This record gives sequence, C-alpha cells and structure tokens, in this order.
Amino acid sequence: MNKLAEIKGIKKWFALLLTYVIVQLLVSLNIINDYIMATITTICINIILAVSLNLITGFTGQFSLGHAGFMSIGAYTCAIIIMRYPSPLSFIIGLFLGAILAALLGFIVGLPTLRLRGDYLAIATLGMAEIIRFVFLNLDITNGAAGLFVGVQYTNWLWLYVFTAGTVILITNFVNSSHGRACISIREDEIAAEAMGINTTKYKVIAFIIGAFCAGIAGALYASYFYFIKPDLFGFLKSIDILVIVVLGGLGSISGSILAAFLLAIISSLLQSFPEIRMVIYSVLLIVIMLFRPQGIMGSKELSLSAFKSLGSIFERKNGGER
Amino acid sequence: MEQFLQQIVNGVSLGSIYALIALGYTMVYGIIKLINFAHGDIYMLGAYIGYFCMTYFHLGVIPSLLIAMAICTLLGVIIERIAYKPLRNATRIAVLITAIGVSLFLEYGTMFFVKANVRSYPPLKGILTHSFKLGSIVVTAQQILIVCITIILMAFLQFIVKRTRIGKAMRAVSLDRDAAELMGINVDNTISFTFALGSALAGAAGILVGIYYNSINPLMGILPGLKAFVAAVFGGIGIIPGAMIGGYFIGTVEVMVAGYGNSMFKDAVVFAILILILIVKPSGLLGKETKEKV
Repeated sequence: MNKLAEIKGIKKWFALLLTYVIVQLLVSLNIINDYIMATITTICINIILAVSLNLITGFTGQFSLGHAGFMSIGAYTCAIIIMRYPSPLSFIIGLFLGAILAALLGFIVGLPTLRLRGDYLAIATLGMAEIIRFVFLNLDITNGAAGLFVGVQYTNWLWLYVFTAGTVILITNFVNSSHGRACISIREDEIAAEAMGINTTKYKVIAFIIGAFCAGIAGALYASYFYFIKPDLFGFLKSIDILVIVVLGGLGSISGSILAAFLLAIISSLLQSFPEIRMVIYSVLLIVIMLFRPQGIMGSKELSLSAFKSLGSIFERKNGGER
Repeated sequence: MEQFLQQIVNGVSLGSIYALIALGYTMVYGIIKLINFAHGDIYMLGAYIGYFCMTYFHLGVIPSLLIAMAICTLLGVIIERIAYKPLRNATRIAVLITAIGVSLFLEYGTMFFVKANVRSYPPLKGILTHSFKLGSIVVTAQQILIVCITIILMAFLQFIVKRTRIGKAMRAVSLDRDAAELMGINVDNTISFTFALGSALAGAAGILVGIYYNSINPLMGILPGLKAFVAAVFGGIGIIPGAMIGGYFIGTVEVMVAGYGNSMFKDAVVFAILILILIVKPSGLLGKETKEKV
C-alpha cells in the first residue's frame, strides 16, 4: 500500500514536470507566440486567484468580495520594488514581500471583520478593497490614477508555473489536512463546529491569510508580466471576476476552479472580436449558468484520474452487459 | 458657520438621492435577504429614461419623472420574475451572483445601445434655473425640487407600507415568509411588489441626479449604488426609516469631507464608515440585536 502511494506520488511529480517541459519546449520552438503566452499567463493568474478565493469562500464558507484588494497590494509592492532595482532577484523579493504584506492585511482585516457573517462580511470585504483602491489612487508612490508603468518583464513560464502549481498543491494539501477539515466544518455549520471544540476565528483567519498571500503572489506576477498597473484594474469588477470563476467551477472544488479559469479564458478570447457585445454575452452567460446550474460545473466534486477510471469501468461494465 | 450651513444644504440634497436608492436596497434585503446589486443600475436607467423624455420628447421634469418611475417599476418586476424568482430556494451566493450578472447586463446592455459617452441633461427652464439666497447661503431651485420630491415619495412609501393591505403583506413576509404564506399571503406577488416600489424610487433618484449633476453615463450606477447600500447598512438594513437616516448621513458626510478635507478621499471615508459600523454595531443604527439560535 505504501509502495502504491509512493508510485502515485512520483507519477504526480512526473506529470507536473512533464507539463512544464512540454510548454517550455513549445515556447522555445516559437509554437506558442506572445498572444497565446499572454492568454496562458492570464489563465495561470486566474487559477491562483480562484483557487485561493475558493479556500476562503468555497471551503471555509466566508463570503469575500475583496480579493482584488489583496491582489493589488502584491502587484503594487512588487512593481515599486522592481522599478527601483530591476533584477530577477528583486522580482522574487518583491513578490514575496507583496504576498506577505497582503497576508498581513488579510490578518488585520480578518480579525475584526470575521466576527461578521454572510452578507455583512461580503460588504465589509468589499469596503476594504475599495479603501485600498482609494489609497492607491491618492498615494504619490503609486502615481495615483495614472498608474505605474513597470517596464520590465520578469514573469516567465518558469515562475508562472512554479507559483501556479505551488498554490494549487499548497491549498489542496491544506484542504486535505485536519486544518482543512476544520475549515470545511465551519462552512457546514459554524455553531456545531464551535461546539466540537474548533477555534472558528482562528481557522477563518488562517484561511484569509493563506488566501490573501496567494492573491498577493498573483498580483505580483500580473504586475511584472503586463508592464502596467493602475488602481482601477483592481476594483470591484475584478473581485467579481474572480468570484465568478470560483462559483462557475463549483464552490469547494479546486479542479472546478482550474477548469472554469480555462473555460472563461476561452470564452473571453472567442468574444474578443465583438468587444461591444462581449460583456453583454458574458453577463447573460452568468445569469443562465446560475439559473440552470447554481452549484457550478463541478459542484463540490474533484476531477481526478481515478474518477476517469471509475467512469471507464462503468463504461466497460455496460459494454460487458451488452455482450 | 455659513460655509458649514452651505455644506449642510448640499449634503441634504445629495443625501436625498442616496436615501431614495437606499430605500430600495433595504426593502429588497428585508424581504428576500438579497443584496440586489442591480439596484444601482435601475437608478442609471431612470436617469437615461429621464434624459430621453426631456431631450427627445421635450417633456417637463414632473412628467419625465413619472414616466421614468413607471418604466423602472416595470423593469424591476421583470428582472425579479426572470432572474430572481427561479432561484427562490437556491443558495444565497447563487442569487447574489445572478444579481451581479443582471447588474453587468444592464450596464453593458445600456452601453451597447446608447454608447459609453457621457451625456448631459438639457438645460432647465423657468423657475428651476433660479437660486435663492438666505444670507450668504445659496439654495438652488433644483435642490428644493430634489428635497421636496424625496419627501413626497418617502411619505407615500410610508403610507403604502404602514396603511395598506399590500404594505401589511410586505411587513409580514419580511418578518417570516413561511408563516406569511400559511396566512394566505401571496408571497411571490408581495416580493414583486417590493421590487416594483424600490425600482420606482431608484428611477426617481436617477432623474433627480441627472438634473442635479447634469451628466450621465452607463456606469454611473455602480458607486452611488454601493454608497446607498452603505447608507442602508448604516441605518440598519431592512428598516425603512433607517435607510432614510443613513442616506442623509452618508450624503452629508461625503459633502463635508469634500468641502473641508480632500475631495479625493470622500469615497474612502464612506467605506471606512461602513467597516466601522459593521465592527461596532453590525445591525445598524436602528437595528435590533438578534440572538443566535441553534
């Protein structure tokens, strides 16, 4: 049994490495051009944001409408540092500093507001993100509404992949740990969880800190790939965008979030040629999906290889029956 | 002192508009516990309908106001029937996402039809161009119009909610939906009626803001919508007098911050108030503490 787990673990790492090598090869061979790479970058950043928000909203059940605020902190911190000291090392330092600052803010905001429930928490986090945006709009160091022109690009496929895979692995492992189960129990019934001896505030704050940390990383990656950031990029609409990915994929499903990030990127690039009607179609899609499948694509299930296998065995059995 | 009084006058005019929008939020939240994000966009549509009535049909302010209110009422009911009613028993988050979808649809749908550019209201005629001086305080006729219409509408709303059968049904449904249904109240119609009332008030606020600020655009509803929601939370969400008080308070604070401090920070202050009130007294100024039940 141990051996099997070992083999499975090795297989997983091998698959991760293989994905990286294949895409890197395609980039080197120029099969993936700049346009496709920009789409891939958007997808990766969205995966980080969605998976981390899924930890807060999907697994812990705390409704947050301020994820873009955490993202903007990472983006601005990293941008300011790499504009002063443009080097790959300072990119990594800026990225982690941004993520830590975002996590710190997650902690500061989390402690008092997490006493709130449901809609009130959503509104408080929304207010928090708006305040962050207004602060960035008024500071000198962030250049106000005009935004910052970063000018250097350090985000490449290596860093993108490392951090995306890192976030997914971190959050998957967290959710599957005893801490993760504590978070899920808070989502299911907060009072019952408390009665079982779970320190609900502690776990809510932990979820917020991890979520904010990852959002900070996503912001830093964004800032050093797309050259240019301004406060309006991280407004209410961005938070909604992230939430839509999470809900579309299914609250409490990490693979659902990843799937939805891909799906939305495909939809939005298909609609690229109709800029005027694009947001209208997007919003109608949103309404229709909510009306007909409110639990999202995956519900709270996970997509995995074993799921395919069991599907396959059902299929085989059916075939066998016919024979 | 005079400057202070002048700011109060300006604050009350702006506060009236926030109060009108906040009433719709608070009623809808009170009855189905939904933050209706599309409410700010109904207000935007009200402004556009008023603009078209006044520019292309050369109607006066009051007829345009009534038309805008009527069309917004209809829209509110249609939105409720199509987008929210099928989700009556779904999770809260699903309904909220739908509300956001409706909001985006109204914003970008309007943008598609009328284009994104800012439009300005036609110049007002007659008595509405006057302004009155009380000492050194200037009160424009538009401000008087805004405050008067707001007070009339609020009185009318109070009458409906407190003195009519449908108002009684609204109060009953917001107290306990299942029990109200058992008493023979048609819950669906009552909810639709609530949306109708709220949308009519938002439509009125839209046209008043068009007259006051004289410029409208398809995304104008987002920020006032959020601020009106803050006003509703401040007064105690679900409580009608609370929304009025909250609206006037937020409007006055905003004008004061812009007048005495930095106008760039006026929006941040509103949200800081929100977080503060949520931490200190989440149920709002007039709200009652509710005990948690297992």
